[in-house]
Amino acid sequence: MLPRWKPAPPEGADRGARDRTARVTESETQHAPSASTDDAVVDVRDVHFAIDGRAIFAGLNVRVRRGLITAVMGPSGTGKTTLLRLITGQLFADSGRVSVFGRDVASLSRSEIYRARRRMGMLFQNGALLTDIDVFENVAFPVREHTDLPESLIRKLVLTKLEAVGLRGAAQLMPAELSGGMARRVALARAIVMDPEVLLYDEPFVGLDPISLGVILRLIKQMNQVLGITSIVVSHDVQELASIADESYLISGGCVVASGTPQELARSDSQTVHQFLTGSEEGPVRFHYPAPDYASQLLGADAG
Amino acid sequence: MSNGQRQGTVGEFVRKAGVTGIFFARLLIACVPAMARPRLIVAQIFNAGGRSLIIIMLSGLFTGMVLGLLGQDVLQRFGAETALGVIAALALVKELGPVLTALLFAGRAGTALTSEIGLMRTTEQLTAMEVMAVDPMSYVAAPRFLGGIVAMPLLVAVFDLIGLYGAQLMGVQFLGVDRGTFWSQMQGALGMRDVTEGIVKSLVFGVVLSLIAVNEGYHSEPTAAGVGLATTRTVVISSVLTLFLDYVLTAVFL
Repeated sequence: MLPRWKPAPPEGADRGARDRTARVTESETQHAPSASTDDAVVDVRDVHFAIDGRAIFAGLNVRVRRGLITAVMGPSGTGKTTLLRLITGQLFADSGRVSVFGRDVASLSRSEIYRARRRMGMLFQNGALLTDIDVFENVAFPVREHTDLPESLIRKLVLTKLEAVGLRGAAQLMPAELSGGMARRVALARAIVMDPEVLLYDEPFVGLDPISLGVILRLIKQMNQVLGITSIVVSHDVQELASIADESYLISGGCVVASGTPQELARSDSQTVHQFLTGSEEGPVRFHYPAPDYASQLLGADAG
Repeated sequence: MSNGQRQGTVGEFVRKAGVTGIFFARLLIACVPAMARPRLIVAQIFNAGGRSLIIIMLSGLFTGMVLGLLGQDVLQRFGAETALGVIAALALVKELGPVLTALLFAGRAGTALTSEIGLMRTTEQLTAMEVMAVDPMSYVAAPRFLGGIVAMPLLVAVFDLIGLYGAQLMGVQFLGVDRGTFWSQMQGALGMRDVTEGIVKSLVFGVVLSLIAVNEGYHSEPTAAGVGLATTRTVVISSVLTLFLDYVLTAVFL
């Protein structure tokens, strides 16, 4: 059974105490041994992770169930992309456990990690297309590297995927000739060309025009419904995610502050959730980077 | 410089040397699967070698012409103009060919390799390969490394040949040194050991310079400034190491 969002502690409590409470709540409820653990494609348990001494995650718990679209939301800099890197085995947790397809990523050998990655596809924020080959070859790249399919079949496969993202006509263009949105769609075609079991989307909606946005949203939904691809969408575009996500996690301060369906999150009385969903400057998540008093800095001795 | 600063600098040097050593070992291992992609290696031989050919030929020609001009001027003071061919050949094959080609290689091909790989890092292309279960060490780094190693001796050979032509052009065509003496003395004096020295130097420079270029690009900071710094480091480290290794190898072959 999917763990659902639990009410956050009183907002008057200090943030650290609230996060700790949230962790306790999750550790008690989200990961209790049950049959539902078996259908978790990705299971992140009590993960702590720091970069250069700066804590990114402090007891993160996220579980992605097979066949669902799971949204991971959070303010900028909360480690959403880092979470994807932990899942794909590019980074390893300082403590805790990241399981993918039922196996602890930290315990896998390099070749085992590569085998697991072949079952995943990832859409990068900027597309990350290989700039020295054209669109067709970019999409064909994983197929050529991992299979011995005949050229005629590769051609059909690539054109099919390019047609799905509306860029069959751009097959001969070089990545430098594409707009940002087109590059993202080519990258999506490349991510799905090997028919992965899990698709990871890193900020897929950033900078897209309304038509491309609608297409990408439909594609994510269709690939999930038609092909049964498990999807993890990392984004802070609340409205877009709400329209496609089956489950959502809101990360802040290094751990999950709320989880559940988008509707459950919308009904939440947590100030963090409310601030994030409404885009308010005021709330537990600070918009301003810590700084000395504004007036005294402007009028002070160092004002120039 | 205080003791602490000195220790920090030495520590940083040792750390970088260690990182480069480990990277070199990984690169050698990655060369095995890279051999299965000869198309990529050939493309990199063209990138490192073919695209450097014009500047190598021009530099070789002018270096040879200077050798012919200066050699004839100095040798005639001792009545030894006939030794011009020997002097030019020994200087080019043993020393100037490998060293100047290496310096030009660092400036042209080395910087191109570093900035290309650095930009691939910056635009997450290397990360994308890793996520697609394709090892960027064997797909990106190793072919460029091997391409550089193959290209360097070929470029040195071209430099030497064009340089000899330049020396002959100046000494024989313009300054009147006897053509037969020029070539026959060269043939008699230039031994296999001299040629071997040139080949060994070009191979060593090829390995070291390609390693530096690929290593700096692969480990560059994924920012515009980071790639710029890495490219600068490639030129500086390559140039200094070329001259240092040239000294060491010359001493070994004496």
